[in-house]
Amino acid sequence: MTEDVRYARFMERIERGEKIEATDWMPDEYRHLLIKLIHMHAVSEIMGAYPEKEWVPKAPTLRRKLAIMAKVQDEMGHGQLLLRVAEDLAAPLGKTREDLVEDVYKSRVKFHNVFHMEAKTWADAGVIGWLVDGAAIINQAALLETSYAPYARVLKRICAEESFHMQHGENIILALAMGTEEQKQMLQDALNYWWESLLFFFGPKEVTPAAERMLHYRIRTKTNEELRQKFLDKYVPRIWSIGLTIPDPHLRYDEEKKEWVYTEPDWEKFGRIVRYNEGPKSKERMELRRTAHEGQRWVREAMIRSRMATAAV
Amino acid sequence: MKFENAAQAKQNERVLTILKDLLFQLADDELTLGHRDSEWLGLCPDIEGDVAFSSIAQDEVGHAVFFFDLLHELGEEDPDSLAFNRSSKARRNGVLLERGNGDWAYSVARHYFYDLFEDLRLQAIADSSYLPLAHGAAKIRREEVYHLMHMHLWFTRLGKAGGEAKERLEKAVQSIWPELGGLLSFGLHEQELLKHGIISFDTHELRRRWTSRMKAAFSEAGLMWPGEIPEPRMDGRKGEHSEELDELLSTMTEVYRMDPAANW
Repeated sequence: MTEDVRYARFMERIERGEKIEATDWMPDEYRHLLIKLIHMHAVSEIMGAYPEKEWVPKAPTLRRKLAIMAKVQDEMGHGQLLLRVAEDLAAPLGKTREDLVEDVYKSRVKFHNVFHMEAKTWADAGVIGWLVDGAAIINQAALLETSYAPYARVLKRICAEESFHMQHGENIILALAMGTEEQKQMLQDALNYWWESLLFFFGPKEVTPAAERMLHYRIRTKTNEELRQKFLDKYVPRIWSIGLTIPDPHLRYDEEKKEWVYTEPDWEKFGRIVRYNEGPKSKERMELRRTAHEGQRWVREAMIRSRMATAAV
Repeated sequence: MKFENAAQAKQNERVLTILKDLLFQLADDELTLGHRDSEWLGLCPDIEGDVAFSSIAQDEVGHAVFFFDLLHELGEEDPDSLAFNRSSKARRNGVLLERGNGDWAYSVARHYFYDLFEDLRLQAIADSSYLPLAHGAAKIRREEVYHLMHMHLWFTRLGKAGGEAKERLEKAVQSIWPELGGLLSFGLHEQELLKHGIISFDTHELRRRWTSRMKAAFSEAGLMWPGEIPEPRMDGRKGEHSEELDELLSTMTEVYRMDPAANW
């Protein structure tokens, strides 16, 4: 079978809506696009634990302490599930788990802009759960239809857990919104800080060449702007209903066009944050990851040695 | 004599005092170690280890909540106030548990030592005359048994691996040993606890059982036994604590202290 015929058959499967398994033949381009997407997704889950990590030891009640621990554990767990999907895809290219993790602090993989930002107060921890996870659910739910079966299966579980996170965040937010003046102010400040990042989170308005290829292979099926509009549909009314002000005087719903009009985020600034790791916390968090991984190589090596020692007995 | 519930225990003032002192030891141990465990978040040697450590942290804090609830039923303040609004002097956890996490070997060894102690302590209260405590102990022990298996495996494998891992483990054991005695104890009132059937064996017996099981693990890990368990210089069961507990509490209560009366 020639390469052209194989490719044509593969595309027929995609267009019929069939799902591709890890052991199926796939074009190199498809494999590379998947690795890029899923690797970034995995790393974002792991780096996403750091902004909240700062608030896990400070959760103000026992119930909140238990909830935020469980929540951030889920994020690490999602990172683990996704890394395994990425590992299978990357194996034929000779890449291992170690490489995929090292890529983070060697700046060879990007992670979502929101996880480069600071979490200054407890309200930030709430907003991350409510709106950052809320935005992530919209992204991930749209990916459930992805043509790559192992990714779709993992996403199913992730989406179920993320919806708990969103409720966890919403619960923190509601307590603050109904609380003292100081609590309300803390919440408004947090929303002001995160709003622009949240809009950027969905990516540029125009369909980039890489995004176009992903749409072609049905790795994803919706554009960035469609997803951003969905987010605004769902969350703007909720944000207003608890008495918060969205920091965008131009935000409105255009009844004729049936879409939200908003002030665009600073594409240049956030683009640099993601590409060059120039966010307020990028370097610090990459350093945490480096320390965890490099600084404890001795543990992973010891586990391999002790397994061999046990096997030899 | 059995005490079926809080109301019955409250009728005997002396029983109430010693029972609460024991419950504070249980609650404070679990909360302090659970908090320290949660500090490993995002920093474990691999992602799988991270997920596992977080489960253990949640279990420990969950157990603390159970013991704080029992204290509340016995007339103490609500569980959040007990967790967040008591000075370090009022805390009854072993000093060992408030120490910073150190390296992976220190955290593993400390946790393993604690888990074996906790298993034995739960045995000692399994038939407690205070029935709510006996019931809780049975449930908690079902979870703790997994912590014990997990940490036993880590401890022995780090030892068997030799090299840097074994050296670090030996160093960890050395620095833990002087503070171990402050953990392996039932506090000031153990003879009375025994007399009222709240616990079924004393510190001496607890340490005998702990030592016998731990010696087997040391031998499996290829480690030298460090000898007798010395009496501690600082006794957390009496409210004596290090600055590390103050630092821990300052972090833990940072948000709470902004407004303890607020709904968070």
